[in-house]
Amino acid sequence: MSEALSLSAAAAAAGVRAGELDPAELWHGFRTRAAGDDCNAFVWVAPDGEPPAIERDAPLAGVPVAVKDLFCTKGVPSQAGSRILAGYRPPYDATSVERLNAAGAPLLAKTNQDEFAMGSSTENSAYGPTLNPWDRARVPGGSSGGSAAAVAAGSAPWAIGTDTGGSIRQPAALCGIVGLKPTYGAISRYGMIAFASSLDQAGPLTRDVTDAALLLGAMVGKDPCDSTSVGLPEPVRLPSRSDLRGVRLGVPEELTGEGIEPGVLASFDATLDVARELGATVEPCRLPHAPHALSAYYLIAPAEASSNLARYDGVRYGFRADGARDLLHMYTETREHGFGAEVKRRIMLGTYALSSGYYDAYYGRAQKVRTRISEDFKAAWERFDFIATPTAPSVAFELGAKTADPLAMYLNDFCTVPMSLAGIPGISIPSGLSEGLPVGFQLAGPAFSENALLDAAYAVEGAIGFDAAPWRRAA
Amino acid sequence: MSEELSKVLDHIEKIGELGDLADVEPTSHVIAVENALRADEPRPSLPAEVALESAPEADLGGFRVPSPGPAPA
Repeated sequence: MSEALSLSAAAAAAGVRAGELDPAELWHGFRTRAAGDDCNAFVWVAPDGEPPAIERDAPLAGVPVAVKDLFCTKGVPSQAGSRILAGYRPPYDATSVERLNAAGAPLLAKTNQDEFAMGSSTENSAYGPTLNPWDRARVPGGSSGGSAAAVAAGSAPWAIGTDTGGSIRQPAALCGIVGLKPTYGAISRYGMIAFASSLDQAGPLTRDVTDAALLLGAMVGKDPCDSTSVGLPEPVRLPSRSDLRGVRLGVPEELTGEGIEPGVLASFDATLDVARELGATVEPCRLPHAPHALSAYYLIAPAEASSNLARYDGVRYGFRADGARDLLHMYTETREHGFGAEVKRRIMLGTYALSSGYYDAYYGRAQKVRTRISEDFKAAWERFDFIATPTAPSVAFELGAKTADPLAMYLNDFCTVPMSLAGIPGISIPSGLSEGLPVGFQLAGPAFSENALLDAAYAVEGAIGFDAAPWRRAA
Repeated sequence: MSEELSKVLDHIEKIGELGDLADVEPTSHVIAVENALRADEPRPSLPAEVALESAPEADLGGFRVPSPGPAPA
């Protein structure tokens, strides 16, 4: 059985369809592994018992999926890493979850995360930090750190997460797996607990690029419940490209210099050599406004969060503080005890950025910088097919290393935030190790270029031959 | 927390270095989309008892909350 569990999800699905693998055994195998997880990757695991009925010929063929706790799952706790949603069991499924179920991927577990997706280390969870399976003294990245750790540890075949400024790509990088943030609007946000609505996107975290394509294909589509969803212009294809002949890669100076660890840069440069060997042309390019992306992001995202999080008032669901004198006191006590420190920080930043007298200098200006960043990318697409950068400036850092310094934590998103602000897709694939820890290589492309992006990532992945399985290394 | 926030704001202030952006259109939506319209047809909604199931306190078919307190003088 352990052999079946070490297959890629796409290979396992093919095995089920061919009648060589029993989906019930797959379910029990992964359920047992998830229940025995020692990285605190999960906040809920499906109870032991009958596996959900599945159609063998469904696209995902019964390969179970781990889902970030940010997604609403009907009757199953959905707490978004927050005490303020303790015990919340939504009366409906998020569209993504519903689509995955319909495609034949039953819900295996809910994964741990930074509270409301605010963080880059999964240490801001009311349910304790998640540990990195490569080194349990280190963080898995965040905010989708539970999903990344679960896939890297082999306790889930694949997982979904959400990415607002890097929350899929950065943990994928730090855990040595593949993470894709699709074009804004490719996947419905309905049932995703909102952080920053103009940036939030769901996406896959998987062992390889083929799995990412397969899972993405089951999630995309326009949804009448999310008026910003548009789907993708063509169906997602499984990647097949083995070279990069004719592909032009741009390497932005602004995201590949200062602030990036030497070991990460060395792995990045080696991957550019791999791309050249595959036939790509690699040239420097400029994204002049990228150095200001982080500032714009930390105005826009908290501003949207401060408005989205106003719904947590202890009235309709989740946590309510006891013993309040009156209604207003109940609101303030509920928020005081229900929200963690980082969430409070962001609400304050957001309300400040939106406050009268500061709006033009902060929020208004940030939205103009966002336009400039989109224009930088548009100019780049005239000369390049894709932009390549390291995914994260460092390898996984030790637990507690950055918790006392919010700005140092925010800088983790330096290379991923520009793509989020521009709404374009980005994929992180493991490019090798530095100090024994995985390094992520990010490729970003124009809006709706997912098929081409997956193809290019697949070619690089094949040439690198990285084994995304720390448990196999240890064995 | 004030010290932490000051440090973050100092970083954010760098956005001022970009100079005059008066003629730049602020982003309102990153992807070009047409208005998303649908027919305005009644559909079933969540039954009230299901919507109330998650409430910290429910009573008489509604959400029960503490008194808003005495009316302002």
